[in-house]
Amino acid sequence: MIYLELFWGFLKVGLFSFGGAYGAIPLIREVVLSYGWLDDSAISYMIAVSESTPGPIMVNLATYIGSSQGGFLGAVIATLASIAPAFVIILLLMAALKHVLNNRHVQATLHGLEACVTGIIVAVGGWMLWENLAPSSRADFRAVGIAAILIAVSAAWKPVFHKKLSPILLIAISAVLGIAFYL
Amino acid sequence: MKHPPRLLLKLFWTFFKIGAFTFGGGYAMLPLIESECVEKYEWITGEELARVTVIAESTPGPVAINCATFVGNKKAGFAGALASTFGVVLPSFVIILMLSLFLGRVLEIPLVAKAFKGIRVAVAILILRAGLRMLLRMEKKPLPLILFGAALAAMLAISIFSLPVSTIALLGAAAAVSLSLSLAKAWRERKDGDGQ
Repeated sequence: MIYLELFWGFLKVGLFSFGGAYGAIPLIREVVLSYGWLDDSAISYMIAVSESTPGPIMVNLATYIGSSQGGFLGAVIATLASIAPAFVIILLLMAALKHVLNNRHVQATLHGLEACVTGIIVAVGGWMLWENLAPSSRADFRAVGIAAILIAVSAAWKPVFHKKLSPILLIAISAVLGIAFYL
Repeated sequence: MKHPPRLLLKLFWTFFKIGAFTFGGGYAMLPLIESECVEKYEWITGEELARVTVIAESTPGPVAINCATFVGNKKAGFAGALASTFGVVLPSFVIILMLSLFLGRVLEIPLVAKAFKGIRVAVAILILRAGLRMLLRMEKKPLPLILFGAALAAMLAISIFSLPVSTIALLGAAAAVSLSLSLAKAWRERKDGDGQ
């Protein structure tokens, strides 16, 4: 039953997505791959689309995957499931558990989770980069060239323009590079 | 306590606008929330906004949802929380829903497929960059560094060997280790206190 799978899959994502916008990506990837909803390249594309459209990345991904797997109703169910945990947790914290976050053991657990999430994100980002630069263990020199240019541009951006290179701009540059290198 | 529908509508509309103009998610919306909810309508104080941000960082889910729920619930109870949360989600929901109708066909255009090869590299770099930024912010103490290293190694092994281990299991293990170490430390402190 696709609606139930969407609901359960994105409830898990909403409940365990610590660590900001990118914290949810490893788990979304895992859930989406395990149900066979999208493959790795479609996920990358959706992350790029989510970065370039308003709203939280996690909610955008939920809406897209819900819609692609279960139409309008699927989109509604996946989106609601992804935001429900955050909604309920804030209401609980405001109502009854005001001091729970100040508890030293809770703090220690949260710090542990943060360190773990950081490791997971670095591993997933590194792995995805590796898969693009050396698909099936053979180096793709055009992809290596694109990566080198992107890293150089984002490193040089701040000293030159005095502000951070926005993800949207980085994606736009990468699209131009993709066309130029693979033409 | 009854809340006037006008307040609910105002909450919904304000967060609808915030949701419509937050590109890149999360922290990009904080300045908007500050100008609308703190300065313009004085629904919450700057101090409260700072507190919600901290709560948002330590609880699961997008910052946007946490903030909208907090402000709505404070001003108009559960109905307010619903109104502002739906408001903040609706713009991206509608946009993505419309995109999903024709995105598949757009991807089949050869030029788009080539652009997309570059985009995939950029997305991987963005994820890696986000992770490294979190690493720089992290406390450089033995326990977090060990947990970081263990999670990194485990996740790489899971990816390389396609192991059937969920990231939720990794999170559970990290939570269990840090909670039990913290409890053990508290127990030791109490024992030392008794001994004196």
